[in-house]
Amino acid sequence: MPAANAVSPAPPAPLLDVCAATVRFGGIHALTEADFAIARGSVTALIGPNGAGKTTMLNAITGMVPLTSGDIRLDGADIAGLPPHKRAAAGVVRTFQNLEVFTSMSVLENVMAGRHALTRYTVAASILRTPGFRRAEAACREAALDCLEFVGLADEADTPAGDLPYGKQRLLEMARALAADPKLLLLDEPAAGLNSKETARLGDLIRAVCDRRHVTVGLVEHDMELVMAVSDHITVLHFGHPLAAGTPDAIQANPEVIKAYLGEDE
Amino acid sequence: MKRPILGQNAAQAVLFFALLLAVPYGLPNEYYLSICILGSLNAVIAVGLNLLMGYAGQVSLGHAAFYGLGAYATAICTTRFGLPIPVGMAAGVTLAAAVAWIVALPTLKLKGNYLAMATLGFGIIVSIVFNEAVDLTGGPSGFVGIPRLALFGHTFESDHGYYNLMAVVLTLVVLLALNLMKSRTGRALRALHVSEKAASSLGVDIAAHKRFVFVLSAALAGLAGVLYAHYLSFIAPASFGFSFSVQLVVMVVLGGMASVWGSVAGAFFLTALPEALREFEDIDILVYGAILVLTIMYLPDGLAGGIKRLSRKLRRTGVDDARS
Repeated sequence: MPAANAVSPAPPAPLLDVCAATVRFGGIHALTEADFAIARGSVTALIGPNGAGKTTMLNAITGMVPLTSGDIRLDGADIAGLPPHKRAAAGVVRTFQNLEVFTSMSVLENVMAGRHALTRYTVAASILRTPGFRRAEAACREAALDCLEFVGLADEADTPAGDLPYGKQRLLEMARALAADPKLLLLDEPAAGLNSKETARLGDLIRAVCDRRHVTVGLVEHDMELVMAVSDHITVLHFGHPLAAGTPDAIQANPEVIKAYLGEDE
Repeated sequence: MKRPILGQNAAQAVLFFALLLAVPYGLPNEYYLSICILGSLNAVIAVGLNLLMGYAGQVSLGHAAFYGLGAYATAICTTRFGLPIPVGMAAGVTLAAAVAWIVALPTLKLKGNYLAMATLGFGIIVSIVFNEAVDLTGGPSGFVGIPRLALFGHTFESDHGYYNLMAVVLTLVVLLALNLMKSRTGRALRALHVSEKAASSLGVDIAAHKRFVFVLSAALAGLAGVLYAHYLSFIAPASFGFSFSVQLVVMVVLGGMASVWGSVAGAFFLTALPEALREFEDIDILVYGAILVLTIMYLPDGLAGGIKRLSRKLRRTGVDDARS
């Protein structure tokens, strides 16, 4: 090994490392040998034109879509073979582009459901209301309220989740995901359907998730203003394959990206 | 912000128990008491079925089969095999749960109508077994000579004694359901009802939870079956067929989905209704149907929802401005 290379420290292993991921639906290649990494403690965005495979990537990472080939490592551990609920327990939690709020439950119950994997007691304990059960429930409730406070929904704790306006349901999904104490929070188009004021607040919130709660964020988003404002790193997907990766400035200046993303005529 | 939620379920259960114990003293004769016993048996099944249907969103059109399995298992154990009653009862509940566990393996992968169809088919198969395995079950003419329930040296000879036992059982079942639904398991079931995707993304093992609630609701149906057999001392396949499965679903829907108290109300209501309609003689079935249709039309969220709305309306007249 040349001495010159030994001076620069090896880059820290990324929190999430997707290697040569291929997802095929019948004859359609949604992802082709796609690499995607998210560095620990960063906000990393995944962007690309419609149909580039962004949501498929998110689904593959969370186990909702099986990989045809390739592997996915979280913190060095292979998670590609795990079912979705085990990946969640391992620390990968997501929100959904089309809201998947538990509309039949209260706002607080939604967030408490988010702590499912962290709230440990037996069925018998919950039926008998043992002291251990009460402690765990109280802790669950407390943590859930803390998450609601964080996203600014503390006043709505007892509201039926289905009664919340759209923008607040998005925040609720975020609180619910945060309640699971993820290592990696994946947001699937969190700004979709939000007005510009709500989007700006969302941007602050995403930064706060990363900087104050120290949760690494993966962001799939169409709103370029938001992406450029909050991301530390951006990967561009094009036809299921990564086209470029770098800082927001580098991506904005990359002619390949401009061509693919904006179309050649612009 | 702090509310004493702990103990709330227990307090409601105690009130309910007291109410159940008081009921016989307001009844004109023994006959009504037997209706109440049947009502509470049905309530045990309906509460269990509601955990499956109302909370977890999984429809079963074969629950009468689990009821029947419990009844026949204890009948056969205590007469043909001469086993003690508690053993027969345990066998009945265990058999219902075990069969549910096996049935759950393939069927709970199905969704919506397909799950309903699969459980429907299962119920019909079990019904055929009850009818055809004549050596074991006595066939269509029924199974006679099941001993009256005796526990801890006490034989429940009178209907009043049996009713009191049912009051204890039903109260415990209701408390179990209330407590379980207000825990991580209950939240997980309600969550997967709305979105399996979101629930699994938060760490809920969908298959395990569905199987658990299916087995639990079958075990409760089995428990009711066991108590039914030792109450009537005679059972026949007709009591455990498709039409009873449908009636159970109607009890749950009419009472109110995802409401434990609603299921209790629905079960008692539907058990008593045919008796109350006796005086209509030839058209009683028509009136029965009309009442069901009207209830579903005007109380889409069931009896429980109707009562809740009524009490909210009454309260709102007083404290309207307290909410803002």
